[in-house]
Amino acid sequence: MRTPFTVRLLRSTPKSGWLAIAVFAAITLIGVPLAHLALPESSPLHLSAYTVGLLGKILCYMVVAVAMDLIWGYAGILSLGHGLFFALGGYAFGMYLMRQIGRDGSYGAELPDFMVFLDWKELPWYWAGSDSFLWALFLVVALPGVVAFVFGWFAFRSRIKGVYFSIITQALTYAAMLLFFRNETGFGGNNGFTDFKRILGHDITSPEMRVTLFALSAALLIACLVLGRYLVSSRFGRVLAAIRDAESRVMFIGYNPLHYKLFMWTLSAMLCGLAGALYVPQVGIINPSEMSPANSIEIAVWVAVGGRGTLIGAVLGAGIVNLAKSFFTVTVPEYWPFFLGFLFIAVTLYLPDGVVGLWRKLRARRALAAAPDAAESSVAGSSSAAEKADAGPANVTVPKGATA
Amino acid sequence: MFRLTLMKRIFGVALLLTLLVAPARAALDPSLLAGFAGDFQGRMAAIEALGVAGGDDARRVLDALEAGRLGVVAGRAVIVDGDTVRDAASGEALDQGAGDIELVTLNNRVRRTLANARAALALTSADRAERLSAAITLGDNPNETLLPVFDRALAAETDEEIRGIVARAAARIKLASPDPLTRLRAVRALGESSDPAVKNLLEGLLQKRDGNWVEPHPEVRTAAKLAIDDIEGRIAIAESVGTVFSGLSLGSILLLAALGLAITYGVMGVINMAHGELLMVGAYATFLVQGLFRSYLPAYLDWYVAAAIPVAFLSAALVGVAMERLVLRHLYGRPLESLLATWGLSLVLIQAARVIFGPQNLELANPSWMSGGVELAAGVVLPYNRIVIIGFAVFVLVLIWLMMQKTRLGMFVRAVTQNRPMAGCVGVPTARVDTLAFAIGCGVAGLGGLALSQIANVGPAMGTGYIVDAFMVVVLGGVGQLAGAVWAALGLGIVSKFLEGWAGAVIAKILVLVFIIVFIQKRPQGIFALKGRFADS
Repeated sequence: MRTPFTVRLLRSTPKSGWLAIAVFAAITLIGVPLAHLALPESSPLHLSAYTVGLLGKILCYMVVAVAMDLIWGYAGILSLGHGLFFALGGYAFGMYLMRQIGRDGSYGAELPDFMVFLDWKELPWYWAGSDSFLWALFLVVALPGVVAFVFGWFAFRSRIKGVYFSIITQALTYAAMLLFFRNETGFGGNNGFTDFKRILGHDITSPEMRVTLFALSAALLIACLVLGRYLVSSRFGRVLAAIRDAESRVMFIGYNPLHYKLFMWTLSAMLCGLAGALYVPQVGIINPSEMSPANSIEIAVWVAVGGRGTLIGAVLGAGIVNLAKSFFTVTVPEYWPFFLGFLFIAVTLYLPDGVVGLWRKLRARRALAAAPDAAESSVAGSSSAAEKADAGPANVTVPKGATA
Repeated sequence: MFRLTLMKRIFGVALLLTLLVAPARAALDPSLLAGFAGDFQGRMAAIEALGVAGGDDARRVLDALEAGRLGVVAGRAVIVDGDTVRDAASGEALDQGAGDIELVTLNNRVRRTLANARAALALTSADRAERLSAAITLGDNPNETLLPVFDRALAAETDEEIRGIVARAAARIKLASPDPLTRLRAVRALGESSDPAVKNLLEGLLQKRDGNWVEPHPEVRTAAKLAIDDIEGRIAIAESVGTVFSGLSLGSILLLAALGLAITYGVMGVINMAHGELLMVGAYATFLVQGLFRSYLPAYLDWYVAAAIPVAFLSAALVGVAMERLVLRHLYGRPLESLLATWGLSLVLIQAARVIFGPQNLELANPSWMSGGVELAAGVVLPYNRIVIIGFAVFVLVLIWLMMQKTRLGMFVRAVTQNRPMAGCVGVPTARVDTLAFAIGCGVAGLGGLALSQIANVGPAMGTGYIVDAFMVVVLGGVGQLAGAVWAALGLGIVSKFLEGWAGAVIAKILVLVFIIVFIQKRPQGIFALKGRFADS
């Protein structure tokens, strides 16, 4: 007999995990809104608009990191083009936000300002329906989904993987960036979309809207984590992990890796699209530089810093790196690239399992010190993962140019 | 009536020419100078005649006229040379006081005529620049009396550019001729050209003005149409040659970038995302060498590029060895992580360049022997610096090929590329081969940076645009395949230049990317796959 869905869902995350999620939900859905709206500005617990905006932004990045971890950590596919899906979601929602400006733009015209500037008389066909909120929500998910599906179908079908796949995704986001930089593409060229006024008729700069967007980002993150946990602990997730570790063997058993990879890939892109849609109204701008290859590869480093294949690591990594980035760009902006660069190197060299891996190692060592006999088995278990990642050329055949 | 005078004039000029070309041309025919004694009309006629006649004596007279030293005494033109007075025709000193001479005065029309006549004389000058400016002056206001001058210039002129201008001016005069046959010949002569300006001239004939054809004769119009087609065909060929050339030059840069990547990726299965930054290192090394030459060896500044070749190679190779020893060595078997680590290295290198050299672009001077170019047709120029770079790429390619095929190290590199554990088993020192191969691959990238510095700006982020393209070359060509890299680089270069001309740079890039993705569907191993059977884990 199959276990009921709810039971499987509950079992997918350990009790401590559910507890953490509950605490997180309480803080973000109740604590932060109260601290921003109800507490007076003089109170030490009051959160300024800047802080809420920054935290909301980071929550969106965390969603992207979870999406990245799902595809990289569990399917072994390193995408260097996830910024594209994020930006596509942002652009899809940005179109709606642009239409919501209405006649309040600087030209007072029905069309968005940049179209007036280009002397366009009517909306291009792909802007059809952009004044509808529901259509915008649909596009936010569908646009990245379709792009990812088509691209993924071609790529996975011909068994492109490893570094090949990574570089091609990077080229993809690079080409898209060039495309969106053109004015003729019809998405505002260099400047992108900005100067938003309202969502569903409500002022976008009001504290209530800010808190709502923040809470929605937090809810999305929680949903992503639960969904991710459920997926990776299901049968599907285990096949996916098997494909990551030995694709050919999985094929010989009779599975078609194409379906598994394609599903996870498309889902990951859709989650990125949702994150992008929540990101744009909170930051107030979307432009093609979001698609630059550097942005996409930074997403990968968030996950690497936190620890791949753990989901919670992705959240931690996105938080750590982005807080560090906010700190550096305010205090010593010229050292940020050095810090980020050395972070890339240090994490790959010394922390192959990220912060979470480090935490697990430390805990295992402490357990070993406390109870030498009982802990032996647990150490063996937890260190095997690290060993695998650390393994030198001795026992891992170098993929022959990642021959597919 | 008009026709008669023209014929007369031409006849007269022809007569003069036969007279003047005669071997005993010791002096000018005094009758030529008779006009100077008359009114302005007469003076203009005399000046024109002198211009058409040509020769040093005519030049002497016109120079004197320009300087206000030409005078008339008793109906005889003389040149006042300080205190002596010479006969203008023969140059003999005359027994005549300078005081009694009535100097020839000029008005604006005469001055214009004088300028034209002097230009006509300058058309046979030995100095190219002088001839060119004369041709341009005359081409702007051609005049049928100048036809013989043009014909003479065409017979002697060797410079294509001047010939073109003169021939066009002559044909333009002939196109106004009342004789349809002359016009027809002129049109046919113009059809030999490959100049867009000539095309415009001919297109003017095929237009209607006030309901009448500009060119009344239908046969001449047909000939003009054919001539336009010919010219268009020639322009199209010249342009496609130009496009192929710029494709080759892009391809050769891609090749230099991709050769190194093909070696390092082939040997270690690691994409070095900092490979583009090694181009940057090579370019900055070139910049430093240029600076050293400027300060210490300014006399040999033209050869700094040659001196920079080993410097660029070694500096990039050293950076490469450091990268391999410190980082990549520890990431073997983890290609995805090494992707991230090398990206981090590239961030550090870019920022280091920005801190050391400043964020602005540096411009390197082309040595004099690399500036200029070969003009293929009007508007299609093949610059020397790009030609040199194509040659340089071929040179590097040959060296790498020899290294890979003829040396022991090359054999080791190929062995490790094909099967690392097996190569290790038969005694190939794989670790050392890795380091050396990485150094060579990075050094070649440094050479690519040297080449790039001669045609593009040198800046901290100059390399970032090339890593993806270079990797595409490796993907297309097949891993560890020199021949594949060559074909893929040249093919990608030429195809993207053609697409650029057709659809713009951005669309071209996207189309190339789509093409590569589709191509990999068909041949996942690239154009030239290694023969053999492989299975991953």
